[in-house]
Amino acid sequence: MSAPPPNGESAVLTPRDMPISSGERSGRVMGTVFKYSLIGCLAIALITLAVLLGQIISDGAGSLSMDFITEPASSLPANAGIGPALVGTLWLMAVCIAFIVPVGVATAVYLEEYADRERWYNRLVEVNIQNLAAVPSIIYGILGLAFLVRGPLELGRVVLAGGLTLGLLVLPVVIIAAREALRAVPPSIREGSMALGATKWQTIWRQVLPAAIPGIATGTILAVSRAIGETAPLIVLGGAVFVTDFPDGLGSAFSALPLQIFNWISQPQDEFKALAAAGMIVLLVILLAMNSIAVWLRNRYEQKW
Amino acid sequence: MGAAPREPLGAARRRWGEEVIRALLFAAACLSVLTTVGIVFALLRETVKFFDDVGVIAFFTDGDWKPLFADPEYGIWPLLNGTFLITGIAILVAIPLGLGSAIYLSEYASRRVRRAVKPILEVLVGVPTVIFGYFALTFITPEILQGVFNVELQVFNALSAGLIMGIMIVPTIASISEDAMSAVPQSLREGAFGLGADKRQVATRVVFPAALSGIVAAIVLGISRGVGETMIVLIAAGQVPNVGLDVTQPFETITTFIGATAKGDNPAGTIGYYSIFAAGMTLFVLTLIMNAIAIRFVRKYRQVYE
Repeated sequence: MSAPPPNGESAVLTPRDMPISSGERSGRVMGTVFKYSLIGCLAIALITLAVLLGQIISDGAGSLSMDFITEPASSLPANAGIGPALVGTLWLMAVCIAFIVPVGVATAVYLEEYADRERWYNRLVEVNIQNLAAVPSIIYGILGLAFLVRGPLELGRVVLAGGLTLGLLVLPVVIIAAREALRAVPPSIREGSMALGATKWQTIWRQVLPAAIPGIATGTILAVSRAIGETAPLIVLGGAVFVTDFPDGLGSAFSALPLQIFNWISQPQDEFKALAAAGMIVLLVILLAMNSIAVWLRNRYEQKW
Repeated sequence: MGAAPREPLGAARRRWGEEVIRALLFAAACLSVLTTVGIVFALLRETVKFFDDVGVIAFFTDGDWKPLFADPEYGIWPLLNGTFLITGIAILVAIPLGLGSAIYLSEYASRRVRRAVKPILEVLVGVPTVIFGYFALTFITPEILQGVFNVELQVFNALSAGLIMGIMIVPTIASISEDAMSAVPQSLREGAFGLGADKRQVATRVVFPAALSGIVAAIVLGISRGVGETMIVLIAAGQVPNVGLDVTQPFETITTFIGATAKGDNPAGTIGYYSIFAAGMTLFVLTLIMNAIAIRFVRKYRQVYE
């Protein structure tokens, strides 16, 4: 369904200042009041966002420096930095991507290209993904705690456990995005390939997937940017907040940027609040960069068939 | 999928490589089901142990939640009270702002405005909630509620957490209900205009009712997001399991309890450790029910117009 035509773009509809109705003035006044209260609703949300960003920049800008980005956390606010937390977040991103891209794309390919929607188990998978997308993030933390940190896998509170937990959390996002990207590849591409004698998998691997890469990449970036802003599941995993060493592998203890920020917010002294705000600026810059890349990818490689 | 024939026309030879790949892809798809099974299993296993010690009846009837006291009590009501009080404030903020924005974007805004505003709303979705929590604690409470409105309240309180949670939920409600309103067929609007309705009447009496099931779904999903949100309440609402409706007081929610308890060191096997899972189970069941309701409503509006 296409979007409804906005003001004045459709000749059939309502010239705004000429109500077709009886032309009562009160109706027109009410209409104007109604319209401006709608704009007000939108404005409140946007202004709050602007104030929030302004506030964080003004709180945190003073603490930003090169040392802040490279130094480890410290009990002295003046020396404290986000170095290990930042590296921890990069490690988590790497694990997360390595997990969600193959699993997410494989699931999407199965559901779009192979699954027979009449079968109950395929419908189960679909409903299940819908439900997983709505499970609160802190529940994923409990899952990670029970199965990855302790329990059967017993990885401990390490990068691998954190990255996989975040990966499971955003997997539905990737699957949904990849399915949309696959669906956007027209059937004629598949038919052409099959007609030339390619097998189903050859068709998918050499024709369909390459055509869907921009959409998949965009979805993956958005999913990862959601993952690295998550704090709650990492708190439950017990990702040690006081880690001052740089993580150096899948098996090392880690902190992460949002965890470090949360830790600073929990300190009573105001100096730490400023550090938290500075950490938020760094986090927001990373998220903004990732989102810009996603938008750029979408615009640059979007194909019209 | 697609229009590809299931059996290749000529060759009847079975290609084992293809079969293996299909099986691998199916295995990947099963992982998501396994995730759900894992969540349910993890929660159930420890919750059962929790109920061995505490008792299901005490869990639902005890009026107090004092897990760390010498004589602990585990009544879930204070946590549910906190959860729904704060979510209630949030939804009171988010319904008018979200629906107002949706009606404006769907019925009034020009294409240019829509193209400019929707990405900004998406930014609002992308802001990590730890930042919202900080904003509620360090700005909304002292500068706005105490500073501008002179409300007497505690440093940690339900009101500021709820207000900011409302702002967090606005984009969820706005974007889903805008989709629902945009899906209302143009002919309905034209019919109403033809009968002499003005724009406001069309928006409120034709488009809004026609999109109602989608709007309800949006609101239910918004509530579900609020109930599951952790960081805003953990930072700004305090961790006192109060009962009542006094929004100037600190409250504890289910998510706050899980987060705060997991942060402290609770060795596996202690009742404190199991209580995380019992609270998690309650949260999981709540959001599952709300999601099922939302899916039902979404299906309804899709069926009518597509």
